[in-house]
Parts: sequence; structure tokens; C-alpha cells
Amino acid sequence: MLTSRKGGNDAMTASSMTPKPEDQRIASAATIRPDRSRVVRVGFIPLLDIAVLVAAEEQGFAAREGLSLQLIKDVSWANIRDRLAFHQFDVAHMLAPMTVASCLGLGSNPSPTFAPFVLGRGGNAITLSVALYRDMQALAGLIGNEDALTNARALAQVVAARRKAGQRPLVFAMTYPFSSHNYEFRYFMAAAGIDPDRDVTMTVVPPPLTADAMAAGAIDGFCVNAPWNMIAVERGVGRVVAVKADIWPAAPEKVLGVRPDWAESQPETLSRLIVTLDAAAKWCDVPENRPTLAAMLAEPAYVGGSSALIGWLLTDRFLVDPDGTLRDIPNYLTFHREAANFPWVSEALWLYSQMARWGQAPLTPQGIEHAASAYRPDLYRHALAGSSTPLPLVDRKVEGSATPIGIETTAGPMRLPAAPFLDGRTFEPDRIADYVSGFPVANPSAASGGHDPV
Amino acid sequence: MRPNALRVVVVDDNALRAAILVDGLREAGIDGVEVIETSTQLVRRLAAIDPDVIIIDLENPSRDMLEQMFQVSRVVSRPVAMFVDQSDQSMIRAAVDAGVSAYIVDGLKKERVKAIVDMAISRFEAFDRLQRELVEARSELADRKVIDRAKGILMRSRNLSEEEAYALLRQAAMNEKRRIADIAQSLVTAAGLLGK
Repeated sequence: MLTSRKGGNDAMTASSMTPKPEDQRIASAATIRPDRSRVVRVGFIPLLDIAVLVAAEEQGFAAREGLSLQLIKDVSWANIRDRLAFHQFDVAHMLAPMTVASCLGLGSNPSPTFAPFVLGRGGNAITLSVALYRDMQALAGLIGNEDALTNARALAQVVAARRKAGQRPLVFAMTYPFSSHNYEFRYFMAAAGIDPDRDVTMTVVPPPLTADAMAAGAIDGFCVNAPWNMIAVERGVGRVVAVKADIWPAAPEKVLGVRPDWAESQPETLSRLIVTLDAAAKWCDVPENRPTLAAMLAEPAYVGGSSALIGWLLTDRFLVDPDGTLRDIPNYLTFHREAANFPWVSEALWLYSQMARWGQAPLTPQGIEHAASAYRPDLYRHALAGSSTPLPLVDRKVEGSATPIGIETTAGPMRLPAAPFLDGRTFEPDRIADYVSGFPVANPSAASGGHDPV
Repeated sequence: MRPNALRVVVVDDNALRAAILVDGLREAGIDGVEVIETSTQLVRRLAAIDPDVIIIDLENPSRDMLEQMFQVSRVVSRPVAMFVDQSDQSMIRAAVDAGVSAYIVDGLKKERVKAIVDMAISRFEAFDRLQRELVEARSELADRKVIDRAKGILMRSRNLSEEEAYALLRQAAMNEKRRIADIAQSLVTAAGLLGK
């Protein structure tokens, strides 16, 4: 193993999580090292946001709680969903919208899954082919340092010009129909007036194939998580035009997906797992630990690839153009601070609003209820009660605020930074129907949608 | 084509397994079988063939492409495809355990679906067994080779006959409760280190 255990131990002492009274037994059980640690089978897709899960096992946070995480790599989100449903995994690294879709009964073979813990924020980016970006530059006079909305408008100009010239629609890829990538790419385009269902062709390409597909000319752009954007840029085929922070800085990314029957039969294991992940997430956020983290993630059993490139991404440096243009993106990946792991019910509802906006699901009062049930802040609070991690006292907030907002937590008031959406709209979780019908670009089925319960 | 003829697509980059599967389907009287490889053209090919059943290896990342295709199909109100019959959980579980997933167009007769999926599961398992046996056969061969080398070393260095050398190895294995091949390997390694 390349990694040193020392960093983890230091961080653990520093964070020194005070166990809550009823956890005393758990804590002591872990200190005396049980003969047999409880094995938790965790399915994952090789992406940088498995960081918290990897650190939990490799840095000894799991062992400290008497757990042993068996991390099992998989190749597709559909597999993650099915293998979780059919007991090959106990929990899984999942796209946040997958849990919402499962509670709404969407997709093939839906099986209820909920999220008691968000594995981190940030990471995604939209990469267009260099050829397409050069067209945008020529048509809209971009010099290369424009913001995401300007890039989106330039893209809209190219889309219009191509239509006029009778050229084929552009083909854009994301990773899964129920993914933040799908909604973010659509949000980006729609903010500039592009209708993703009418003006372009949306398709799915598995993340490891994105750079190849772009090089082969099969796709003109994609939205995917790290490190695949930067790999396409490094290979000279792609140009990054927006990152998640441009579209919605607070956007949730991956979550811990849990099967309800497992949670019911193993409540204590789930609690310990949340405590483990909280400690690991805290460790991942410490800048001094990032080189160790990069080396761990670069192991072939996890993400694989170059630890230098992963290290770059973990230090917020982003190569956006093959010509060498760099962009600093503060907090490109956030693992713990600012309540990053808290499953805000308002975020699950925002995801539902996008499903309704794009015709994946009808907007109904029952749907709102089901979507909200995908996130379980109660379990998060229960597991971490008494810990030093500030726990928000409310489950919902207004999303997309252009100014910082204050929330009450168990550790007193917490200030969350401004996190505006690309188009400047705000999302009030109790006014979903108004929000969905207020989008100028949406699937026609969304307009006939439901009504907010009064 | 008979009116009730099924069109089955097998998406598998493993040509050997695909062939085993196609044979099985043909034996079961399903002639409309097509094997396609993974590519960015996958969705277009599938749309052109318009199959009733798609069988795909769970290790194929293109499953997520299919999910998107069905999501879109639903919107344009074409048949909804599902992971076998959702009511038959045990069948899906068996399929997932065997590493196969099957997408079935909604409305297909349940008996026909079951037969196809059962067949795919058993063929996937048979292929798996085949692979395992191949690996075992290879390691058996490797065992025999290393035992021969160890015998050779003993015969040379201690002036033993082949039978005596083998008996010595077997005795050592019994004493240490290890496999003869493992003892032989240790001996070969040690001899290499000692420059013999």
C-alpha cells in the first residue's frame, strides 16, 4: 500500500468525535477491536467522489467503528441499482437522482433506495469537443475566459447556425438518465434557450468511454464527473465550458444508497457506517491529506490512472483547454464542510422538479411525497447526534440563494455561502409547481403538471 | 418469418459466450438472434433491429445506454422494456447472480420470457464453469511442471531415483500439511536462491 496510516490517525485525534452517550458501547467495542468486524459490501463506480468511501476503509475509520468495507467496483449505474436491489451489495455509491427515481418507481426494475448521507459535492463539468468550441469562438468572439452562461449562449448560436445550414444536430452525452449530469447539462443549455430534446440529441456514454467517443467524433460534448473531463482536455480533444459550480455550486453529487430492508435489519451497522463516513469525509477535506488521497484513488482497485492528474483535481486546479488554459475552481470537490454530507430534502425535491421539467415524471402531490422520502436527514442526525459535526436542525432550505444563508445547527448558527443557479432562479421547496412551470424551456408535458399542495 | 417469431439481440463483446448463447437460443427454436458488439452505434443498431428481448452481460458498461434508450422510448410511447418481469423477483435475482441482464419488451408472453431468461442464465453459468475449468486445468499443468522440476533437483542433489524424490516431496507435504505442489515450489525457489 502506498498510503501512510499516520495521516489518518492524526486527523482522527484532531477531529476527536465525542461519542453520544448511547454510542458509548459502540465506541468501546471498537477500541477493544472485535474479533470479527462487520463486513459491509459497497458497490461503486470508479470516480473521484468515491474518496470518502476509500478513505473510510484505507485510513482505518471503518475499523475504528468495528466495520470492514468491502469495496466492489462496477461498470454501470444500472448494475449498481440491480446488484443493490438483489442483495449483492449492502449499500452503494449512487447518483443522487437514482434514489429519487427509485422512490418514484422510475426506470427499469426500480427498487426503493434511500440516501442518509451525501458523499460530497462538486466534481462535474461540461466538456465540448475542441472543434465545436472553436466554432463557438469564431461565431461569438469568445477569447477563452468567459463564464458558463456566455459559453452556453455561444453554443446556442452554433446550434442555430447549424440548423440554418442544414447540418446534423449536435450529439451530447451524459452518464445516466437519472443523473446530476443529465440535469446539469440540460440546465446549462436551457439557460441559453437551447431545448435539449428538440435542438440536440442527448445520449448516454459510460464515463471511461467519453474521451474516446469524442475523439472518434461520435459525440460533440459530454457532462461527466472527474477525472474524465480533464482526461479529454489532456488528450487534446475536449474543452471545458462549465463546471458544476457554475450551474449550481451547492448541487449534490453522489450519495450513499441504502436498501430499506438492510437498514431495518442492521440499524446499528448503518449508524456506525454514517459515523465512519463522517470522519472519513472530514479527513478528505484537510488539504494536507489530499496527496495521500490522490495516491489512494490512483490505485487500480479504485479509480486508477495518474495520481498527478487526480492530485491536481483535488487541489482545485483545472486544465480547461488543450492550449494550456487553467482555471482555479475553489472547492471543486467538497467532502465535508458546510454540511456537505447532509441530505437536504429540498435537494431531493429539486431533483424531482427537474424530472418533471424534462418529462421523466409527472408532478403530483404523491410524487412530491415519494421524492422527499428518498433523503433521510433523520438517520443522519440520529447517527451523528452528539458528535462535533454541526447538524442542521431543518430539513429544507431555499435552494439557489444569491446571498449567503444562515441555518441553525446543533453547534449554533452556520453560514452557507451563496449558491445561485446559472439562470438566477431560486427554488422554494414548497412551491415546486410554480418553479417547474416558470422555466421558459421545458418538456411540453411539464406545463400541464400538477399543483402544489396548499 | 413466423408471426410469433421473436427477435432476440445478444450484446456481448465476448464472442465465445455469445456463440454459446446463440446456440442455445437456436436449439430452443428461436432463429431471429443477432449478436452485436458494444459501440457508440449500439442504440442506433438496436432501434433498427427493434428486438423483443435484449440479453446483455452485466459487465458491459453499455447497460446505462439501454436505460437511456428505454427512458426515451417511454416518452415517445414505444414499448416499455423492463428487466424481465418485475413480479418475478427470484428470476431477476438468479439472472443478476449469473451476471446476465435481460430486457424484455412489455407485453411479451411470460412463458416465453421465462424460457429465454432461464436459458441465458444456464448458458452464462456454463460459460463461467468452462472458464473456471480452464483455469484449473492450467494450474494443474503448472503444478505438474513444478513438481517435475523439484524432483529433478532432488534427484541431482541427493542422488535419488524419481520415485524416491517424489516420495520425499510427498512426505514433506504430509508433515507440513501443505500441497505437494507448494512444497515443490518452495524447493524450486530455494534452489534458485542457492544457485543450484
